[in-house]
Amino acid sequence: MGKYIPNTDAEQKAMLTEIGFSSFEDLFADAPKEVMLKGELNIPSGLSELQVRKDMTKIAEKNVIFPTIFRGAGAYRHFIPSIVKSVITKENFLTSYTPYQAETSQGVLQSIYEYQTMIADITGMDVSNASIYDGASGAAEAVAMCRERKRKKALVSALAHPDTIATIMTYCHGNGMDVEVVPAKDGLTDVEYIKKHIDQGTACVFVQHPNYYGNLEPAREIADITHEAGARYIMSVNPISLGILKSPREYGADIAVGDGQPLGLSIAFGGPYIGFMSCTDELVRRLPGRIVGETHDAKGRVGYVLTLQAREQHIRREKASSNVCSNQALCALAVGVYLSAVGKEGLKEVATLCMSKAHYMAKELEKIGFKPEYKTEFFHEFVTVSDVSSEKALKALEDNGILGGYPLDDKRILWCCTEVNGKCCIDKAVSILKEVK
Amino acid sequence: MLVFEKSRPGRGCTLFPPCDVDVVTPSDKDKRESELHLPELSETEISRHYTELAKKSRGVNDGFYPLGSCTMKYNPKINEDMASLPGFTEIHPLQPEHTVQGCLEVLQTVEKYLCEITGMDRLTVQPAAGAHGEFTGLMLIKAYHESRNDTKRTKIIVPDSAHGTNPASATMAGYSVVSIPSSADGCVDIEKLKAVAGDDIAGLMLTNPNTVGLFDKNILEITKIVHDCGGLNYYDGANLNAVMGVVKPGDMGFDVIHLNIHKTFSTPHGGGGPGCGAVGCKKLLADFMPAVLVEGDAEKKFVKPKHSIGEMKAFYGNFLVVVKALTYIKTLGKEGIPQACKNAVLNANYMMDKLKDIYTMAYDQICMHEFVMSLEDLKRKTGVSAMDIAKALIDNGMHPPTMYFPLIVHEALMVEPTETESKETLDDAIAVFRKLYEQAQKDPEALHMAPVTTPVGRLDEVGAARNPVLRYKWK
Amino acid sequence: MSVQKGLLYSKSHEWVKEEGGEYAVGLTDYAQSALGDLVFVNLPEEGDEVKVGESFSDVESVKAVSDVFSPVSGVVSKINEEVLDSPESINKAPYDAWLIKVKDVSEKEELLTAEEYEAFLKTLD
Repeated sequence: MGKYIPNTDAEQKAMLTEIGFSSFEDLFADAPKEVMLKGELNIPSGLSELQVRKDMTKIAEKNVIFPTIFRGAGAYRHFIPSIVKSVITKENFLTSYTPYQAETSQGVLQSIYEYQTMIADITGMDVSNASIYDGASGAAEAVAMCRERKRKKALVSALAHPDTIATIMTYCHGNGMDVEVVPAKDGLTDVEYIKKHIDQGTACVFVQHPNYYGNLEPAREIADITHEAGARYIMSVNPISLGILKSPREYGADIAVGDGQPLGLSIAFGGPYIGFMSCTDELVRRLPGRIVGETHDAKGRVGYVLTLQAREQHIRREKASSNVCSNQALCALAVGVYLSAVGKEGLKEVATLCMSKAHYMAKELEKIGFKPEYKTEFFHEFVTVSDVSSEKALKALEDNGILGGYPLDDKRILWCCTEVNGKCCIDKAVSILKEVK
Repeated sequence: MLVFEKSRPGRGCTLFPPCDVDVVTPSDKDKRESELHLPELSETEISRHYTELAKKSRGVNDGFYPLGSCTMKYNPKINEDMASLPGFTEIHPLQPEHTVQGCLEVLQTVEKYLCEITGMDRLTVQPAAGAHGEFTGLMLIKAYHESRNDTKRTKIIVPDSAHGTNPASATMAGYSVVSIPSSADGCVDIEKLKAVAGDDIAGLMLTNPNTVGLFDKNILEITKIVHDCGGLNYYDGANLNAVMGVVKPGDMGFDVIHLNIHKTFSTPHGGGGPGCGAVGCKKLLADFMPAVLVEGDAEKKFVKPKHSIGEMKAFYGNFLVVVKALTYIKTLGKEGIPQACKNAVLNANYMMDKLKDIYTMAYDQICMHEFVMSLEDLKRKTGVSAMDIAKALIDNGMHPPTMYFPLIVHEALMVEPTETESKETLDDAIAVFRKLYEQAQKDPEALHMAPVTTPVGRLDEVGAARNPVLRYKWK
Repeated sequence: MSVQKGLLYSKSHEWVKEEGGEYAVGLTDYAQSALGDLVFVNLPEEGDEVKVGESFSDVESVKAVSDVFSPVSGVVSKINEEVLDSPESINKAPYDAWLIKVKDVSEKEELLTAEEYEAFLKTLD
């Protein structure tokens, strides 16, 4: 009894007896004696709900919550409308399983269908899957999608997020693809290097845009070079930026991926986030993960089902090109609600706010000696170089409840602004930094 | 109606303040030209839209949900509360270590508890789902053999009853799959295993209890055969609910294991994620672990394993899911963990016992946390298939069991009640199953039509796959 | 289950038809009926080599994927684009819906005549 087991000890005993067992031990008769646990687990005794709440709250309080954050580098604090939490905490969504039983899961299925439509819309691509673990694993899956019998090399920009590159490397070590990292030049992917190293064995070129340093890549030029060599072009994008920046499709991408965390998910120490993946019609059967499609029942009523399942592991087994099973459905729901709430105007608005604030901060920082490292256009992240050590600068901000940019080394810092950073907070941070010697 | 069809130009929510700095927009070369079609709706409409969708979804709270191999246990509310504490949700993953000591404590404590429960030495929560964990575990095995220059090991043994992810994960890790048939009792065929065990075997993937819900009594011999040929044993922890606190996979001879935190440790499935596929391993694999592990006591810090396989995704995994799991383990404790397991097994055996006089059990013996029925006979005699019964269960207020899995049982229905269901719920479900059996004899036609109480009837899946419509298109 | 006279058959339920040195290969009526409604077909490319007893294609129904094995060894000279576009043609008219044509055939498995295949089908459950 208790601990989420409804039946009392007496009821449990009665059930055992009723089906012909004298004790719980009888139920484990098939397990060899020598593997049965002797004694208790070496973990603490169970606690009451009140104690657990106190315990966990105490642990949470050991973390420092920064009221102001100028750090992005793959995790972005944005404003999350209240409607998002209100929807994703609904129990019918929260506690449901993957919608294999379509008739009793139309709500979840429709929400994913709407999510797919929104992702296809913002990225400009034809189709989207139901989501994947996060942006980095989505990137690795996208690279694997491009593999052909005679094309096994992936050219990956050095200015993708370091975790993204590392994840691509892990996956490719598994599936036997070769990864060649394209070096950076002046804060951008080295186009000349791609020209020299792309060949008939190249499966794909992978570029992040805006890149890790926030800079806008020559994305169209890279698309043309890639397609000329018969390879596929994967762009990893920040979804907020798509409110004002060209969509991956407009730049010529075959596959668009990215992390959907900025669209309504909290930074949450790195997860859960959500990876989105969309592509051209031509590649849809290679797209990993679940996909929802529209259909109808015998009476002609419109409904939604998981479709193209024969691509997936539970049918194709060792012949499947991906093992993806779970997606991040609840996060996809959050993204759907977020994009419904901001709407088409709101996405432009938030993107413009991000870009404007970042440019304001960059200008103010330049005035006090934190100079922009690159001359290129950027979105909402940028790198500064300064004579002041990064450690000292960031410590000064931290002492004032501000999480400064991400230190790339002792002189260079990667900053980020979003719509939540007001002018006054930016000014305050700059004034603090001004005093750091 | 889709959210896009409800959209009206000019509607919206007021979310953002006016820009308080000079407005900057991209130059023409990067400015978006294609139109966005995101919906334009007031909050009232959005809220009602999703409430309507919620009504057309089914969660654990809507009733019995005995989905085999999915462990749809109750999701405690305290878990959700703890995972929404700002001290967890508002923490940036790249904050300095001294400002995230609480997060590190969560990771370290969960590692310690889960290692104790599984008999492993180290554990990472970076993998986001079970399949992701499998891939991680296989990459550990691969790294191990590579570190010993033992490169001729190119094969992974997988029983034919395994979850489909097992062979798919092995392929992703660059292995070829040796599928071995199960013996008549649904367990590993020892002779077949011996026949394939050799110096080309990198390892074996196994779940125990297996996918037909039986504890493989030869487990020690199986893992020894693999070890003796130089391979490693991988434990698919999808069914850990059947043994936690009673048997440790580490004691059964397994070297590496993944857990489905969203099954065994009560975190909600969310309609298909986010989950957590924690991976544990014995010492011999610890140096290859992905991402970072937490070390230290008073001052905790991240440490990169010496010969890490790298990253499986960004950052440290689905952290908030881990917070929920820790809340759960703290609640259950050393007493509650084995109690949960034993009651899961009891509930399954209770249901099986009350159904086996009319439904054919694929394996008529003590089961663990789930059992598999074969409706092959019923179908032959009445035309009523596993699918028909499953759909009729929906009309009777139940979520259907897992259908047509494992593949080695025809017309399979796999029932996993879990420990969080009361005797009354089980009795009700048993009564429904029995009623449907009667109905199958008398009026099979009606069962072919089920479900009739849902917003839509059975959907045309063939049409959906032949002519895929995967998104809404604006006129 | 219909079996068409004049074609040759494999025990893995493919039919073969020779026309001027080229061999057309398709799935039998028995095969399409066992597989159920087909929704997708994967075919090799022209110029690919196929080998006796090896899979050269797979066909998908909603819930299953099945290999199609080549009854001959040779080089793919043509693929049937029509079945790629409408896999249901295999269900509707299996003996018209050839999948590939093979030229330069170097080896054939022991194929059955229509009568022999019919007898073979009777031995199956």
